[in-house]
Amino acid sequence: MAPLDELKIGGMGASRRRVEDNRFIRGKGRYVDDIVLPGMLHMEVLRSPVAHARIKSIDTSAAWEIPGVRLVLTGETMAARNLAWMPTLSYDTQAVLATDKVRFQGQEVAAVVADDPYIAKDACSKIVVEYEQLPPIVNPVQAQAPDAPLIRDDKENQPTNKIFDWEIGDKAATDRAFAEADVISKTELHYPRSHPSPLEPCGSIADYDRATGKLTVYMTTQAPHIIRAAVAMVAELPEHMIRIVSPDLGGGFGNKVPIYPGYVVSILASILTERPVKWIEDKSGNLISTGFGRDVYLQGEIAMRKDGKILGMRMHTISDHGAFYADAQPTKFKIGLMHSAFACYDIPAAHLTSEGWYTNKAPGGVAYRCSFRVTEAMFFQERMIHNAANDLGMDQAEFRRVNLVKDDMFPYRTAFGFLTDSGQYKKCLDIGLEAIGYQNFKAEQEEARKRGKLLGIGISTMTEPLGAGNSREYDIIGIKMFDSAELRVHMTGKAILRTGAKTQGQGHETTWAQIVAHELGIPADDIVVEEGDTDTAPFGMGTYASRSTPVAGAAVAMVSRKIRAKARKIAAHLLEVSEEDIEWELGRFYVRGNPERGVTIQDCALAAYSNVPDGMEPGLENNAYYDPPNLTWPFAAYICKVEVDPATGVWDVLKFVAVDDCGVRINPMVVEGQIMGGLTEAYAMANMQYITFDEEGNCIGANYMDYLLPTAWETPGFELHEVVTPCPHHPIGAKGIGECATVGGPAAFVNAVINAIEHTGVRNVDMPLMPNRVYEALKTGSDISGMPPVRVD
Amino acid sequence: MYPSRFAYDAPSSLEEAIAILDAGGGEAKILAGGQSLIPMLKLRFAAPERLVDINSLPGLDYHRVDPDGTLRIGALCRHEDLEFSDKLDAFPTLAQAAALVADPIVRTRGTFVGSVCHADPQGDWAATMIALDGSIVAQGPNGRREIPMSDFVLGPFVNALAYNEIAVEAVIPAAKGTARGGYLKLERRVGDFATASVAVALDMDGDTVRRAGCALAGVGGRTIDANDAISVLVGKTLTDENIAAAAQAVAAAAEPRTDHRGSADYKRHIVETFVSRILTNISRSEQKAA
Ligand SMILES: Cc1cc2nc3c(=O)[nH]c(=O)nc-3n(C[C@H](O)[C@H](O)[C@H](O)COP(=O)(O)OP(=O)(O)OC[C@H]3O[C@@H](n4cnc5c(N)ncnc54)[C@H](O)[C@@H]3O)c2cc1C
Repeated sequence: MAPLDELKIGGMGASRRRVEDNRFIRGKGRYVDDIVLPGMLHMEVLRSPVAHARIKSIDTSAAWEIPGVRLVLTGETMAARNLAWMPTLSYDTQAVLATDKVRFQGQEVAAVVADDPYIAKDACSKIVVEYEQLPPIVNPVQAQAPDAPLIRDDKENQPTNKIFDWEIGDKAATDRAFAEADVISKTELHYPRSHPSPLEPCGSIADYDRATGKLTVYMTTQAPHIIRAAVAMVAELPEHMIRIVSPDLGGGFGNKVPIYPGYVVSILASILTERPVKWIEDKSGNLISTGFGRDVYLQGEIAMRKDGKILGMRMHTISDHGAFYADAQPTKFKIGLMHSAFACYDIPAAHLTSEGWYTNKAPGGVAYRCSFRVTEAMFFQERMIHNAANDLGMDQAEFRRVNLVKDDMFPYRTAFGFLTDSGQYKKCLDIGLEAIGYQNFKAEQEEARKRGKLLGIGISTMTEPLGAGNSREYDIIGIKMFDSAELRVHMTGKAILRTGAKTQGQGHETTWAQIVAHELGIPADDIVVEEGDTDTAPFGMGTYASRSTPVAGAAVAMVSRKIRAKARKIAAHLLEVSEEDIEWELGRFYVRGNPERGVTIQDCALAAYSNVPDGMEPGLENNAYYDPPNLTWPFAAYICKVEVDPATGVWDVLKFVAVDDCGVRINPMVVEGQIMGGLTEAYAMANMQYITFDEEGNCIGANYMDYLLPTAWETPGFELHEVVTPCPHHPIGAKGIGECATVGGPAAFVNAVINAIEHTGVRNVDMPLMPNRVYEALKTGSDISGMPPVRVD
Repeated sequence: MYPSRFAYDAPSSLEEAIAILDAGGGEAKILAGGQSLIPMLKLRFAAPERLVDINSLPGLDYHRVDPDGTLRIGALCRHEDLEFSDKLDAFPTLAQAAALVADPIVRTRGTFVGSVCHADPQGDWAATMIALDGSIVAQGPNGRREIPMSDFVLGPFVNALAYNEIAVEAVIPAAKGTARGGYLKLERRVGDFATASVAVALDMDGDTVRRAGCALAGVGGRTIDANDAISVLVGKTLTDENIAAAAQAVAAAAEPRTDHRGSADYKRHIVETFVSRILTNISRSEQKAA
């Protein structure tokens, strides 16, 4: 018998078409808003028009009078049930509907439940709220002024607007490194506030059935089980009476991890009306109120020897969290995994201090397509490295080569204590340099200047921690960050796989089946993948931080192996030999020394239900909970070449090369899709995307005319390259890839534009590098900071 | 995004449409491509009692060039029709602008006339109309009248139409001499409104400028009429000095404000750069032709 061709059955390495696309491209996806339940009501939320004000009164009488209005809820309604405030994922509290004050523009103030959404919207406009305006705080500098108004006067023991101070690393050793340094390079910058902005906004349908006591909530969530646990705690409902269903999601990017007031209000509305209540936020509501990303200021320094060797590094970050500290991140870490910065460089000493502040802006600080603040960490790192090389007068590529961790140094312990385990950093960099034509660049740049054009090249190299994470260190509100898979093989050899993750565009339905195909030889087409229903899926922490393949994907491999182990016993029974005499090849067991005598995995499946050996339980199903021994550490080298028009500041990408090493690629096409999408988001952040606020705290960027998403029209092409260094501890050698490009990409664009204009003395232009800012920098030869000056202690 | 309640009519003749508008007494609004009106309804910036959808009116989707060279654009001619038109050889300003209005999706529905009626200070077509000295033909209960562009846009989002009038056609006169022109727009992304844009239209007599028209979008509280400013070119040739003088004069006519798209100075600088680029392109192509 010829062995199975793994690529033909859609196993590991097959660029199998995404099975979910069958329904998506036909418009047959089933999103929360597509679900219609009998008797369903509709809810709209009234938001605060101002950033900071005391609520003097709320008059809802005119809203109640509109025909078709069933319920009007205010903070008072919520407070009567102890639901005016809810806990955040970072051990803070957040207002559900405002009672005392509004603390950011767009905050939820009241809600109307009506027969249709038009009526609900009409009624919202009839609610009269009397506000007494307070001075708004729109950045950390204002927040720390001695006479700054106190934003969180609701909290005890909160005398100032400061949320936290946090530090990690070895201060003494770092100070010594700086004392010994030949050259010290300083970088200050701001990573502006951005928004994950999934195409589908957030929403829910709460359906409380008083007869059974069961609450079902269809919800746009990346982490249904965490939500179930939180709802059990907040709403004080028994966990087995709560079912969270996350249907098809139109993107998430970290935005759909937190719990939002709308969800909670819709649940109470359903309990009060005893009808299903649907709430779908509009795009502006999503942009103005839900989890943003970034908004961190950096003061960074690198200490170096003349020969280019980095001796030490220190970073101070000042982060703006908005009105409630609602970052979704592992509990131990106050500023996420910021200390993963510089993990790809061999640096003996490092020290990070961080402070977090409340402001009158929307809460969030979600991991927008990254592991908790890793995007900021890697951007800061690569901008600091760029400046350091320049300050030293050393070539950008050479400086990185000197300092990158070498292949023979793994496992490598970083100065902040992470353990990186594998990689070929120099190889990736060299492939990228070759592809971009680094050798000839200087000559090209000279030639272009003669034509009046400015060329620049920017490099970004980084490894990032993906796949949180091992249970020793990673938990969210006490729940360990393992994940799970459950595999049920039917009698005919077809199977259903469920995991605790939740796909939202990553393609789990396609790639998980490929892992099973690889482990069991069952064709991927014979495996259906289901996620997102807490009544059926095994408990898991959901999908974000590139953790699906590193954690849930590992669980898929492990559960497949358990199935194989049982099937082997059945095979021995069918072949009438002892288990020790059984050999495995893809999809088939055979008798050692007699390869012709064998049974397929499908034969074993049938026997599991019809002919099991004495004493064996029938059936062929199992589950696996996987607690990863470590994070995974993919590496990327991104190199970008731009041309700047000095007359307008407009810059064009001439070429972009991406070299990614994410270990073994399950489905290369899906991996490439992730990289392309991530680089597009990186380009967006570098070029056009940010949310800003005026002095009154008005959000500029709460619609798609101001918050710009790049389209296929302006997004440059990307040239992708591949290096494979398998992850040594992952069962199939895979590392995370969902976020590398978003994380490492922005610095490549920015370094390139800065490189094109740095001959004028410019060191930094804060993102986004819009043409007017680039032009301004060129014209004045000075830095452009989008931020107000931040105090240095 | 749920608009307020409104009534909806889709009349099948122009007369019927005008009658409905007339009966509406100012509370009815015309719906053409809907690319400006529908977002405003959804954001509840506008809440008309009635929409009069003119998309089923027959015979308005044309654009044609009369024997005397006049270009006529019907009320239902879409941006896209102009983008892919083969009739705009003598109207280079329009041909260049067509591909820069909004994005391809919006261009399939939005109309030229609707855009001019909308009178958005950042709108592209109104600027081209001013530079080309165009006019709008309006039809109401009392018949037709032609309104020159200089009288048509009264202010931001305000035009000279009476509540019971429909703009049925845009009229753009033929150039006297050879038509030259260009349109340049600085946008942050495809589909973005102009941070600054410049429409230039020249009637050339050999290498001498006979008439010069110019208008600007995005750099003032209304579309900026820079026809006077660029008239420094009239009777002159496109030398570097003359181009520089014209570019400076036009930039001086801009009324930009500093906002998150850039400083007033920057926008003014872009206007100057774009005028100079358009004129330099024209002069280079003249030289090539010669
Ligand atoms: C995403 C997006 C990007 C855009 N970008 C740009 C851009 O870059 N540049 C630009 O110039 N425009 C842009 N627009 C606007 C677009 O060009 C609109 O199509 C145009 O402004 C209006 O034309 P319409 O046919 O869609 O008019 P509608 O939206 O139907 O109507 C607009 C207004 O004009 C009135 N009106 C329409 N037709 C008539 C008529 N025949 N007689 C009397 N009144 C009439 C309506 O009552 C309404 O008040 C953009 C729109 C969108 C949605």
